[in-house]
Amino acid sequence: MGSLVVLVCLLFSGGCGDGGGAAGGPERRDIILATTTSTQDSGLLDDLLPIFEERTGYRVKTIAVGTGEALAMGRRGDADVLLAHAPRREKEVVAEGYAVHRRIVMHNDFLIAGPPEDPAGVGGLGNGVEAVRRIAEAGARFVSRGDDSGTHIKERNLWTEAAIEPHESWYVSTGQGMGATLIIAGEMRAYILADRGTFLALRDRIGLVPLVEGDPRFLNIYSIMEVNPDRFPRVNHAGAVAFSEFLLSEEIQRVIGEFGVERFGQPLFYPDAGSDEESLGQGTGRGEGA
Amino acid sequence: MELIWEGTTEAIRLLLSANPQVLEIAVLSLELSGLATLVALVFGVPMGALLAFRVFPGRRFTVSLINTGMGVPPVVVGLFVSIILWRSGPLGFLELLYTPGAIVLAQFIIAFPVVTGLTMAAMQQIDPKLLLQLKGIGASRPQLMAVLLWEARLPMLAAVIAGFGAVISEVGAVMMVGGNILGQTRVLTTATVLETRKGNFEVAIALSLILLALTFLITWLLTVFQQRTTVR
Repeated sequence: MGSLVVLVCLLFSGGCGDGGGAAGGPERRDIILATTTSTQDSGLLDDLLPIFEERTGYRVKTIAVGTGEALAMGRRGDADVLLAHAPRREKEVVAEGYAVHRRIVMHNDFLIAGPPEDPAGVGGLGNGVEAVRRIAEAGARFVSRGDDSGTHIKERNLWTEAAIEPHESWYVSTGQGMGATLIIAGEMRAYILADRGTFLALRDRIGLVPLVEGDPRFLNIYSIMEVNPDRFPRVNHAGAVAFSEFLLSEEIQRVIGEFGVERFGQPLFYPDAGSDEESLGQGTGRGEGA
Repeated sequence: MELIWEGTTEAIRLLLSANPQVLEIAVLSLELSGLATLVALVFGVPMGALLAFRVFPGRRFTVSLINTGMGVPPVVVGLFVSIILWRSGPLGFLELLYTPGAIVLAQFIIAFPVVTGLTMAAMQQIDPKLLLQLKGIGASRPQLMAVLLWEARLPMLAAVIAGFGAVISEVGAVMMVGGNILGQTRVLTTATVLETRKGNFEVAIALSLILLALTFLITWLLTVFQQRTTVR
C-alpha cells in the first residue's frame, strides 16, 4: 500500500503542480494563505483575491480555518502567509520566530447577538462581561464556536473575566466556523458572540438581532504576517510578501473599507494599514487573550 | 418547504444559465472522482484477482485489511493524507497538499479497497472448473485474465459504481486535503458546505441537486451498460 501511495503521488505531482507558470509570472506561483473563516464566510476574500491574482500572476490557496489552526499551520511552516485575529497569540508566534513582520490590516468588532425576545435581558448593555453574567444567571442558551478560533478565544475571555464556568445545560459548543455557528444559534434562538462582518452577512437568514455592542473588549483586529523563511526554507516568501503588500496598499485598503457597504449599508471591515493597537483604542494586552 | 422550492428553481437557473463557476466545479468533481476511480481500478482489479486466485503467506491478513479499508472513515484518510503531505511531513517536498492531486490521492485510497474487495468477491464467484478448463486448453495468463474479467463483468461494474459513488459523495477528506480552494480544489460537496456556511441555502441546494443529478446519471449509464450485457 505504501509504495502505491508514493507511485500515485509521483503520477500526479507533475500534472497537478504549477503547470509551468504564466509567462513572465513569478517563479513559484502558489501561495498558501492560512486565515480565519470570517474573512472567507463574509465574502471579503472572494472580492480581493481575483484582483491580486490577476495583477501578480500568483495563485492564492486560501485555507479558511480558525485562528488557532491558522497559527498552528504557521508554526509548522505549512502556510506562507497568515491573516489572523488574535493579537496576543500572533505576537507569541512572532516572538518564537515562526512568523515575521506582523502588521495590522483592518478591524471590525464583535457583538453579542440573540433572539429579539432577549430572555436574559442583555439588550442595550455596553459591557460583554455583564452580558454573559446575565445570560448565565438566566440559564439562557449560548452557542460557542468551540474551535480555538479568534472569536472563541475572545468569548472565553468574557467567561473568565466574569468568573463563570459555562454549564453544558445551556452552553452549546459547535466546533465549527462562524457562519455555521451563527446558523445553529439562529435555529436554537440562542445568544452568540460573533464578528460583525459575518453576522451582517447572515443576519437576514438567522433572525437574530445585535444586543450587546460597543464594549472596548469587542475590538477585533486582523493582522497579516509572513511565515519565517529562515526557519522554513520551503515557504514561498516572495509570494507572501507580495500578498501582504497588496493587502496594505492604499488602493486595496480602500476596497476593504467599501466592502459590504452596498449590500449591508455599512462596512464590514475598517482598513487600518499603518496603525498599531494603541491607536485603535486598545492598550497592550487588554481584551485580547488574557 | 419554500426554501427547497427556491433551491430547486435556483438549481435549474444555474444549470440553464451555464454559470461558469458552477460548471467548473461540477466538471472538476467529475474529473477528480473519475480519475481516482480509474486509478483504483488499475490497481484494485489485479489486486482483487490476486487475492481471489492466489494463496500466499499473509493473504488472509491482506484480505482483512482490504475489508476493513472498505469501511474506513474517509475523514481518517483525510487526516493521514494531510499529515503526510504537509510541508513538514514525509512527502511534503512534493508540494501536493491543496492541489487536485491530493484529492485524487485521498479518493484513490478510499476507492481502492472498495474496488479490490468487490473484484475479489466477483472473481471468487466464478466456477473453479472454468479455471481448470481454461488451463487445460492451454490458455495463456493474459487470456485467462481476459476471460475471467469478462465472466465477472457484472459484479465488476458494481465495483466501479460503488467506488465512484464513494468518492464523488465524499466531503471530509476532500475538504482537508484539498482546502476547498476556488477554481482549484472546490468540488460540489465542499462548495455545498461552504455555501451552507455562508447562509446561501438556495445555492447550496442547487449544488446538491446538481451533484445528485450527476451521480444518478453516471450510475444510470453504468447500469444500462451492465444490464445490456446480461439480457440477450
